Amino acid sequence: MPFKSTVGDYQTVATLETFGFLPPFTQDEIYDQIAYIIAQGWSPLIEHVHPSNSMATYWSYWKLPFFGEKDLNVIVSELEAAHRAYPDHHVRLVGYDAYTQSQGSCFVVFEGR
Amino acid sequence: MAKKYDAGVKEYRDTYWTPDYVPLDSDLLACFKCTGQEGVPREEVAAAVAAESSTGTWSTVWSELLTDLDFYKGRCYRIEDVPGDKEAFYAFIAYPLDLFEEGSITNVLTSLVGNVFGFKALRHLRLEDIRFPLAFIKTCMGPPNGIQVERDRMNKYGRPLLGCTIKPKLGLSGKNYGRVVYECLRGGLDFTKDDENINSQPFQRWQNRFEFVAEAVKLSEQETGEKKGHYLNCTAATPEEMYERAEFAKELGQPIIMHDYITGGFTANTGLAKWCRKNGMLLHIHRAMHAVIDRHPKHGIHFRVLAKCLRLSGGDQLHTGTVVGKLEGDRQSTLGYIDQLRESFVPEDRSRGNFFDQDWGSLGGVFAVASGGIHVWHMPALVAIFGDDSVLQFGGGTHGHPWGSAAGAAANRVALEACVKARNAGREIEREGRDILLEAAKHSPELAIALETWKEIKFEFDTVDKLDVN
Repeated sequence: MPFKSTVGDYQTVATLETFGFLPPFTQDEIYDQIAYIIAQGWSPLIEHVHPSNSMATYWSYWKLPFFGEKDLNVIVSELEAAHRAYPDHHVRLVGYDAYTQSQGSCFVVFEGR
Repeated sequence: MAKKYDAGVKEYRDTYWTPDYVPLDSDLLACFKCTGQEGVPREEVAAAVAAESSTGTWSTVWSELLTDLDFYKGRCYRIEDVPGDKEAFYAFIAYPLDLFEEGSITNVLTSLVGNVFGFKALRHLRLEDIRFPLAFIKTCMGPPNGIQVERDRMNKYGRPLLGCTIKPKLGLSGKNYGRVVYECLRGGLDFTKDDENINSQPFQRWQNRFEFVAEAVKLSEQETGEKKGHYLNCTAATPEEMYERAEFAKELGQPIIMHDYITGGFTANTGLAKWCRKNGMLLHIHRAMHAVIDRHPKHGIHFRVLAKCLRLSGGDQLHTGTVVGKLEGDRQSTLGYIDQLRESFVPEDRSRGNFFDQDWGSLGGVFAVASGGIHVWHMPALVAIFGDDSVLQFGGGTHGHPWGSAAGAAANRVALEACVKARNAGREIEREGRDILLEAAKHSPELAIALETWKEIKFEFDTVDKLDVN
């Protein structure tokens, strides 16, 4: 009888930090995360970068942080606009927290190729 | 009016029990749980504690009259019953600020928990809490970096960080040890950790370990595209060797080092924290020996005091127990002291064991580290209890995966991110934890196998050190 191993091979994956280990989010799942950012009182912020430079500290801002924006649809259309303008770039959404000067949330919405 | 010298033995309470005293904002306040010997009145016991931890000694001495001792003495200003306990009581003591050297936690503890703990009139004594006055806090550097700077350095946002202690904790060569580090980091962890026992033993000298670990960190960063780190343990026999190791970690470009603050001592810890601030290095703090001091409910020092002392002495991450794993820890009490590590102001809240309002001024925050006997099934509870500003560390729960450490790391990362995603979407992750994990496992064979491997493991023992409640 041939030997059948029960051990699988784990292949290293290149990921983009938070939520990098989950399957791509559906439209509804992205809405949920934007709603969370707004509900926490954080400012939505969109950043993008060419994949060759994804480990850089600074990605380019898309416009400016959307300070005080409470409308979920505005953020969705800005994400799409950023993606249209830079189709080959990674585009990430940040929940910027001015109180801690940190990011309460940050994840890549569109992966560039 | 000058006093007259009257040799002999006075009752402590004549001098040190002052129920009318209103503590000053600049006083250092302490709450002790006292259990006196039979027949000794509470006021006398409490006053003795105040005296022996400040200016008093057993006999009146002439040289007291050379100074204004009323300016320097500690005072017991309040006595309270301990809920549910007939023999013990709380004594609240106020110490004038000038009793302590600026910036020295060592000095504070030498006074407060020195000779007094061996005092014969007491059967047991436990330091439950200290209110550090802001005036003292401003003399301490505190965490070398703090939570916000650590997140920026490591590029980790919107979730708890994920770590793991390298196992077996003793006996691996430097090269084999680096291999295990590499496997964990390439699998999706943010950090790996030297076990506290790993210093520089014959099987693996520190320099050799540091070099192989540095290579593993670098390689895993290149392959995953994410920032990684390994807590290089710099705890050593002498301060000189400790600094030598820290310098080498810096030379290798590593982001974080580690120290054991109780066995190493507060003086060493405060020194290393200052080195870290100066050299842009993160500092992870282990707490070996804490349970010797903090586990007995009637004697010793509560961990919330040790945690506060660490925040003042300096560290960017501190172990706090897990609540749910193999090690002791009451949930409310743990929440109480992780607030002390992370918040800028913590109000008095007896239901969490915090006896005083505590203003932390501008001191940075410390990540709470949950480590010890935890696995993927605990993930929903851990995320709910500890929140984002924490490091969740799975040792056996990473290396014990049937496919090895990389797959174990990936399983933990998937479980963590699934819980964070669900929490953000408004789900009650503790109640729905099982469903959240099983859904996530559909996309991750590594997680599916981890869930199967650890499905029966529980650590359900009652907590020894509980909060005092009726």
